[in-house]
Amino acid sequence: MKLARLSLLLLATVATALPAAAATLKIGLADDADVLDPDQARTFVGRIVFTALCDKLVDVTPELKIVPQLATKWSWSDDQKTLTMQLRKGVKFQDGTTFDAAAVKANIERSKTLKESRRKSELTSIDSVEVAGDHTVKFHLKQPDATLLAQFADRSGMMMSPTAFKKEGEKFSSDPVCSGPFQFVNRVQQDRIELKKFDGYWNADKIKVDAVTYLPIPDATVRLSNLRSGDLDIVDRVAPTDVKQVEQAPDIHIEKAVSLGYQGITINIDNTKRGDTPIGNEKLLRQALSLSIDRNALNQVVFNGVYKAGNQPFPPTSPWYDKSASMSGRDIDKAKALMKKAGQEKVSLTMNAPNSPQELQVAQVLQSMIKPAGFDLKIQPMEFASLLSADTAGNFELSQIGWSGRIDPDGNIDQFVRCGAGLNDSHYCNKKVDTLLQDARETQDNAERKQKYDAANEILMKDLPIIYLYHQTWLFGVRKDINGFKAYPDGMIRLEGVTKG
Amino acid sequence: MLRYIAKRFAVAIPTLVIVSIFVFSLQKMMPGDPAVIMAGEQRDPQVIAYLREKYHLNDPVPEQYAFWAGRAVRGDLGQSLRSDVPVLDLIGDKLPVTIQLAVMAMIIAFAIGIPAGIVSAVKKGTITDYVANFVALSGLSIPNFWLGIMLILLVSVHLGWLPASGYVPLTEAPLRSIETMLMPAFVLGTALAATLMRHTRSAMLGVLQADYVRTARAKGLGERVVILKHTFRNAVLPIVTLSALLFGELLAGAVLTEQIFTIPGFGKLIVDAVFNRDYPVVQGVVLCTAIGFILMNFFADILYVVLNPRMRESL
Repeated sequence: MKLARLSLLLLATVATALPAAAATLKIGLADDADVLDPDQARTFVGRIVFTALCDKLVDVTPELKIVPQLATKWSWSDDQKTLTMQLRKGVKFQDGTTFDAAAVKANIERSKTLKESRRKSELTSIDSVEVAGDHTVKFHLKQPDATLLAQFADRSGMMMSPTAFKKEGEKFSSDPVCSGPFQFVNRVQQDRIELKKFDGYWNADKIKVDAVTYLPIPDATVRLSNLRSGDLDIVDRVAPTDVKQVEQAPDIHIEKAVSLGYQGITINIDNTKRGDTPIGNEKLLRQALSLSIDRNALNQVVFNGVYKAGNQPFPPTSPWYDKSASMSGRDIDKAKALMKKAGQEKVSLTMNAPNSPQELQVAQVLQSMIKPAGFDLKIQPMEFASLLSADTAGNFELSQIGWSGRIDPDGNIDQFVRCGAGLNDSHYCNKKVDTLLQDARETQDNAERKQKYDAANEILMKDLPIIYLYHQTWLFGVRKDINGFKAYPDGMIRLEGVTKG
Repeated sequence: MLRYIAKRFAVAIPTLVIVSIFVFSLQKMMPGDPAVIMAGEQRDPQVIAYLREKYHLNDPVPEQYAFWAGRAVRGDLGQSLRSDVPVLDLIGDKLPVTIQLAVMAMIIAFAIGIPAGIVSAVKKGTITDYVANFVALSGLSIPNFWLGIMLILLVSVHLGWLPASGYVPLTEAPLRSIETMLMPAFVLGTALAATLMRHTRSAMLGVLQADYVRTARAKGLGERVVILKHTFRNAVLPIVTLSALLFGELLAGAVLTEQIFTIPGFGKLIVDAVFNRDYPVVQGVVLCTAIGFILMNFFADILYVVLNPRMRESL
């Protein structure tokens, strides 16, 4: 009897569940976003949510060209120390506040001064912001900074309603108000973030869905099952090993773009501390290590060839990639010769690696690849938070770690190799490299910048504080009835022009 | 009875203190600095220093504990380091979800486990007994995460009967809520049913051999009455204790099941908190779970007395 009633109930619920709200887009993300405040935020998935919630001063194309968003035009002064931006007129924040030059000034000042702000290091070059008219704003810089526009295409350029952040202060995140196409409705921690279309959006014609819900689902298999069952419309980060299965499924497909970031091995070369090791002290050994790795095979074995093998901080798909220094392939004989030259025949290494199955698989493949050259690799699996702490404290010999990537090339290289820079965990220091990177920062001429980065790369490829291995590909699973979705190298989900049904 | 209850509560307090100290120290022993994680990819030293200061991470550990305990006594469990939300709010959000899942799982476990246990005890040594045992062992041996994923593939992806995720609170849309919880409750329930079945069976077997059961049969009572009223009522005591413990375990969160069906419950909360070194959340959830366990045990003791009049005298 009980069972009969239960199954009746079950049938009834199934019947009522079928007609879902027509134009709500459901997006499955691999993590839960952190604080919904662009100044305080730090997670990748948080940036995905902001893409719908907050407009930026500028945006990027899939080819990484900077294009207008809230700023319509911009120009640099002759000394490259003043950036003048014309702002879009008729833009409102989601609370009705008008977007103007004063709002930009208030936003940048908040990013630079809020104690909790994670944006300070991205905006250090800005000395002051001047309101030069209702819709004209001037950024006065301490020194020329070619990376600034790219920063404005990310969280540093996201404009929040000054009315809201003046009222809420650091608590802005409980009800974030920006000027993006969707406005905040509700958030249940670790469960969902709900946004609805903002009717006053300046580009409202391009927005074809009424609402969007983000659901954090950490397990890739579960995320994919939800996509297949129709409970989700788009999922981020499909597992590379699932790509074949998705391609064969009739009602879903993959959209992909090679990411801006890299994965590699950081080597501690601080010869006063834990870096006082054969490999830390001798670049020939590091060269031998790099030569003994078959990056393409690694990509094939662990990621079914879906990612992109690489040997530089920029992926081969990037305009900043140095084609003349592309991968030379694995060469064990040459590696052995280099070891001999360094006076070593066998070298023991210990590498900290994140304890996720895929990362460990990478480590194991590396372990067997470098063995023939004479490297005996011990893998030290660590949970990610511990690995980060060990890296920051310089408590490692080799660390298998990567970087999510930035639009401007500077963001992928400078802070990791400049003497004493914040993320320079390897403690590499070379004045020549520093000068090249600084010069690259100070010119707006991309051809000239590329020359500088190529030259810096040439030195780095010999010194090898970081051995680059591969570049992740952003893999989005998309249902067939979703049209207009495009994957971008920055991994963001842009909803302009996306339709459902 | 009142004195008994008061005594039980008095004993609970030191238990809670010990649990909280234990968890606090364990967390501090873990490598990994919450400030480094919170500072984000950029790891700005200024931000790290500010966060350490803000969350008292520079203080000596005993001082940190005293600070936490002082506020906890006043009902303030602090704020999540990751999301800045008060821990009590997080618990308030997740606890109803976990209770709903636990109750539904227990209903399924009782509905399967107890009848199966009774039947297999009564029909001991027959094919029914073997089948019931086989099913119970399978229930115990099949890992939750595997069964969960298989169910999603079969029921959601192929048959399209139930949603694979999309939990909504019971108060918002009751039917939809039950619907999204059915599969996870089933996954959890079947594993518990197996345990319940095994225990019911052995308790029943013990009682079935008692003299009074033979007497009841000799009196000419129907088999139904003998088994349900005379045997089962007497066999039920260990099952009550077991159920209370099982329920307590469910309240601590079913991590894997919650992950697979994306249910925003306690399990997910605590696992994420541990990975993010979100000390106040871990601490708050453990305290809450400990209270849940103590209450369940207490509840089981009261039920004992209700079910077994003989125990009233010993109070």
